[in-house]
Amino acid sequence: MTRFALIGGIYSNWRALETTLSDIARRQVEATFCLGDLGAFGPYPDRVFPLLQQAGVLCLQGNYDNSLAGGLADCQCGYTDPRDNYFARLSYDYTFRNTSPAHKAWLGTLPMSRRLEVNGTRLLLCHGSSRKINEFLWESTSPDGFLRYLLDDADADVLCVTHTGIKWHRDLGGGRHVVNVGALGRPENDGMPRVWYVLLTITDSVQVKFIPIDYDHEALAADMRAERLPGEFIETILSGWWTTCLEVLPQKERARGHF
Amino acid sequence: MEKVTSAAAVELRHLDNLWLQVSGTRCNIECRHCFNNSGLHETSFGLMTLEEVNRTIAAAASRGVREIYFTGGEPFLHAQLLEMLACALTIAPTTVLTNGMLISDRIADALAALAIEARYSLEVRVSLDGYTEEMNDAIRGRGVFRLALAGVVRLARRNLLPLITIVRTWDDDDELAMLAAFARVLRDAGCDRPRIKILPALPLGRELTRVAGLQRDERVTTAMLEGFDLDLLMCSNSRLVTDRGVWVCPLLVDQPDARLGTTLDEAASSYELRHQACVTCWRYGTICGNLSALIEGPGIAAAPEAR
Repeated sequence: MTRFALIGGIYSNWRALETTLSDIARRQVEATFCLGDLGAFGPYPDRVFPLLQQAGVLCLQGNYDNSLAGGLADCQCGYTDPRDNYFARLSYDYTFRNTSPAHKAWLGTLPMSRRLEVNGTRLLLCHGSSRKINEFLWESTSPDGFLRYLLDDADADVLCVTHTGIKWHRDLGGGRHVVNVGALGRPENDGMPRVWYVLLTITDSVQVKFIPIDYDHEALAADMRAERLPGEFIETILSGWWTTCLEVLPQKERARGHF
Repeated sequence: MEKVTSAAAVELRHLDNLWLQVSGTRCNIECRHCFNNSGLHETSFGLMTLEEVNRTIAAAASRGVREIYFTGGEPFLHAQLLEMLACALTIAPTTVLTNGMLISDRIADALAALAIEARYSLEVRVSLDGYTEEMNDAIRGRGVFRLALAGVVRLARRNLLPLITIVRTWDDDDELAMLAAFARVLRDAGCDRPRIKILPALPLGRELTRVAGLQRDERVTTAMLEGFDLDLLMCSNSRLVTDRGVWVCPLLVDQPDARLGTTLDEAASSYELRHQACVTCWRYGTICGNLSALIEGPGIAAAPEAR
């Protein structure tokens, strides 16, 4: 049996990351992988780096990391709505200003994807999709046939992604799976402040278990206030409902939310 | 040294988006900017049959299609549209582009039932080109605003959250004020979570006669595609199926050279970007998908009004 922990979308939420890494430490995993986007909405971007490095987490570049490392003008999140872009800009400018040059350089050394083979099962880990770093794979807009195409195209049996911030798992049969691991950085627009990560267990089959993490979100909100981050971001951390960067949500995911 | 500026050709990378011009060019209104000249008596494209549509969806499914779009004309003029949508939703997320005028309580109930049962998203995209009766109806026709808004509200009350599609007929500097005005009117009408998609005006169809002074000689060149994200161009990831064959994209349906064959397999060939509309697509990207096209210029300096 081989077991991995998969985390994604940390968005500078160092408190959720710390709690998650303690939880993972109790579960005897072979390795922990982070699928990218270390920075975004949260406070003190530099704080997540030592936590990840001390725990030996194997990280990938997300679009945010790619932007920070390359000194790009925006986060490449893929928003097109003016209000979404306004908040994305606030978040990116803050994160850019507060991430040290050494950490930016380190982000630039991270791979864009990782391939693993376990007992003949071929895993591909990436940020958005296997074909694009900022492609959104939402549950309600990722049909089975399309996911099979992605797996065929990438020569993989299991594809693990993040980028959207909302978790899901599709068992396509024949040992083929696609998993969106969700995000640690902000709750998943369900009215609950908790966040999620994935335990992936490979025996003669693949098992996906989503693990909820309750962390001190009130303390994170206090950090964010101290850093004068937008009230909208703080409201999401406290309420569990997304208040910004909403216009990319498909109908089903949007209809489930509050805003 | 100057680069050679020959017209660029784009390969179909993967059929992400299947477009079905299900009602042909038959429409119950005649908008002044309609890019494919749809109208009451327009018969350049006819209705597709249920069998044709289902067969096309099956062919697209075998290619791993990602999204299916129903367009026209006005799709709700097709008596079997709901059956077609049900078929599409078993395969992929599905979007229907409508003027909203025919969305009665009965239709809205049926759409809501489809949306709840389906495992994939059903998007209803309703066109509105003004936030007042005067502004909208000057473009879309008399009485259209009132009926379209009523359709929007029927959908919103059923938590279907329609996507309001607006063609940009204002200057970029007015973008935020316009968006805020649309959002306010939609909210006041009972659509409390307005979702808005902005579409650039296209130099095609009736728009060519509506707006004077369009540059008519612009083309996308190979140099313009260097370092460009081809995913932003429909021709790299979409095809449009009509009752008269398969076209490279929904926008070029009036152009004979943009017809690529009778089946999706035949139409998988590359396409040379010969048209001025290709420049619009190159400039804005994601024109026909469900996200807004980006505005040009310096970006957003002030906080847009909360939606």
